[in-house]
Amino acid sequence: MATIPIPIKPAAAAGAPARSLWQRQRWLILRRTSQLLILLAFLSGPWFGLWIAKGNLSSSLTLGVLPLTDPLLLLQTLATGHVPYSAALTGAAIVLVFYLLFGGRIFCSWVCPVNVVTDAAAWSRRRLGIKTGRVPDANTRYWLLGGTLVASALTGALAWEWVNPVSLFHRALIFGMGGAMFVIGGIFLYDLLVASRGWCGHLCPVGAFYGLLGKTALVRVAAPNRKACDDCMDCFAVCPEPQVIRPALKKVGQESPLILASDCTTCGRCIDVCDKQVFKMTHRFDQRSE
Amino acid sequence: MDTGKKPARKVTEAVSPASAARRKFINSVAAAAGGGCLLALGAGLYSKSASALPAQALRPPGALPEPDFLAACVRCGLCVRDCPYDILKLSDLGDTVATGTPYFTARKIACEMCEDIPCVKACPTGALDRELTDINQARMGLAALVDHESCLNFLGLRCDVCYRVCPVIDKAITLETQHNPRSDRHAMLLPTVHSDHCTGCGKCEKSCVLPEAAIKVFPRALAQGALPAHYRKGWEEKARHGGSLIGEQVELPVRGFEGPTAGRSATETVLAPSAPAPAVQAPSAPAAPKTPPGVNSHWKP
Repeated sequence: MATIPIPIKPAAAAGAPARSLWQRQRWLILRRTSQLLILLAFLSGPWFGLWIAKGNLSSSLTLGVLPLTDPLLLLQTLATGHVPYSAALTGAAIVLVFYLLFGGRIFCSWVCPVNVVTDAAAWSRRRLGIKTGRVPDANTRYWLLGGTLVASALTGALAWEWVNPVSLFHRALIFGMGGAMFVIGGIFLYDLLVASRGWCGHLCPVGAFYGLLGKTALVRVAAPNRKACDDCMDCFAVCPEPQVIRPALKKVGQESPLILASDCTTCGRCIDVCDKQVFKMTHRFDQRSE
Repeated sequence: MDTGKKPARKVTEAVSPASAARRKFINSVAAAAGGGCLLALGAGLYSKSASALPAQALRPPGALPEPDFLAACVRCGLCVRDCPYDILKLSDLGDTVATGTPYFTARKIACEMCEDIPCVKACPTGALDRELTDINQARMGLAALVDHESCLNFLGLRCDVCYRVCPVIDKAITLETQHNPRSDRHAMLLPTVHSDHCTGCGKCEKSCVLPEAAIKVFPRALAQGALPAHYRKGWEEKARHGGSLIGEQVELPVRGFEGPTAGRSATETVLAPSAPAPAVQAPSAPAAPKTPPGVNSHWKP
């Protein structure tokens, strides 16, 4: 997919009513808080002796009772031929149901620590006006997802977990390791210099997997006030998956104002940046449009 | 995106926008598939090359055999968290142990062998097998006294530290008395590891007083040999059945030996430490003390 150069609108847009910092950054602040709290839940134990969650995003035990396991990891384990204990199976089922209900890629924008890094890379890229590089096809991630499962089946080991930046980074943050920082630094530079939104939007098989879970998500972003859109392109510039906006905003192939594409990470950044307040966070059955 | 605007190459005028779009689609799919498979293949190959457990890394108790362990372990670190002595560690990227998997290094810190085995209970996937309920049955590795040249007991001293710290003392490590041929009047008490009792906890290696441990604990696959499955030990079979299974053999005299073993038949088991015998006889037999000091009895271990 070709990158379309998007001009960034000057900060003080003429005629737009001044919005407070909270109005302009609300969803970003909420997301960063969510990501931080999840990290703190794992770190309060080793730091303060207060154990809320043990383990990491791969598999964890919260408050000694709630098991959670990454369903993709479970799928890879099953591909190797190993059938894990019921704790891991239950944990994966809970996570699976949660993301099926609320939207698969909520993981990407509200939980995953790599998201902070790639958001920073995207922000820097916009700010520095970097236009270089070549973006891989967005479907690469689905091939990579299949590849990780095939690799597990062929090697009989969780091959992808040797290099998976998502679990590497989270594990490194919680257990204090340095090696993963090279991979994360690599991803930052890749997103900054080579491919806009290259990792999360085009390559990451974990995101691809959660995207597949997002077909029935209840929580959705909608553009009910799309009449007010003045084509400033701010939402396209900031959106990590810009292709999801058009159908809802411009009625391309659909009448509904809901962003239904499962690639949407429900990050709410479009709501934040839109001066005309076109977007809002709503549920799947909210078809209202002004 | 702009397939419609850009006319296909003039040479092939027959190419319609539809077929150009198709070609672009096929190209992008091929690129995505190629890129995706290449990355996955790379990860697979890397994992394959890194899947050999290094000699000094030991898995927690109850760990499945290494290939099964690498299939089962999701690298969550719950075992690390539940280890009360902070012995386990998750491997970092670039370590020689598979990324994110738990291990410990005996020389740095050894397993305390908790009776309730909390690390095994914590494992959600069965990479640490809950069949293990008695920590004495754990087989994390196998100790081996690798350096006979520096081990103090082999030099004839009484260090014994590895033997004393062994949680399965007198079963996993015993002190075997042997004659010291250097002084010819002392014993050497040689620390000897028995694989059917050694848990591989690493206490012996951790406590070895030398700057570099003479006794080391390795993953079992590295430290232990195996007899062919069809081998039978004649003396065991003989004892079990109350007699030789292949009938009486022709007994040939042994030649070329002088000393205590001379004249014995080849089928007779020779027990090495028959040396203390003269000491016991010493008070009754006055001939023994007459032996001049420093005379070599010609016995070699």
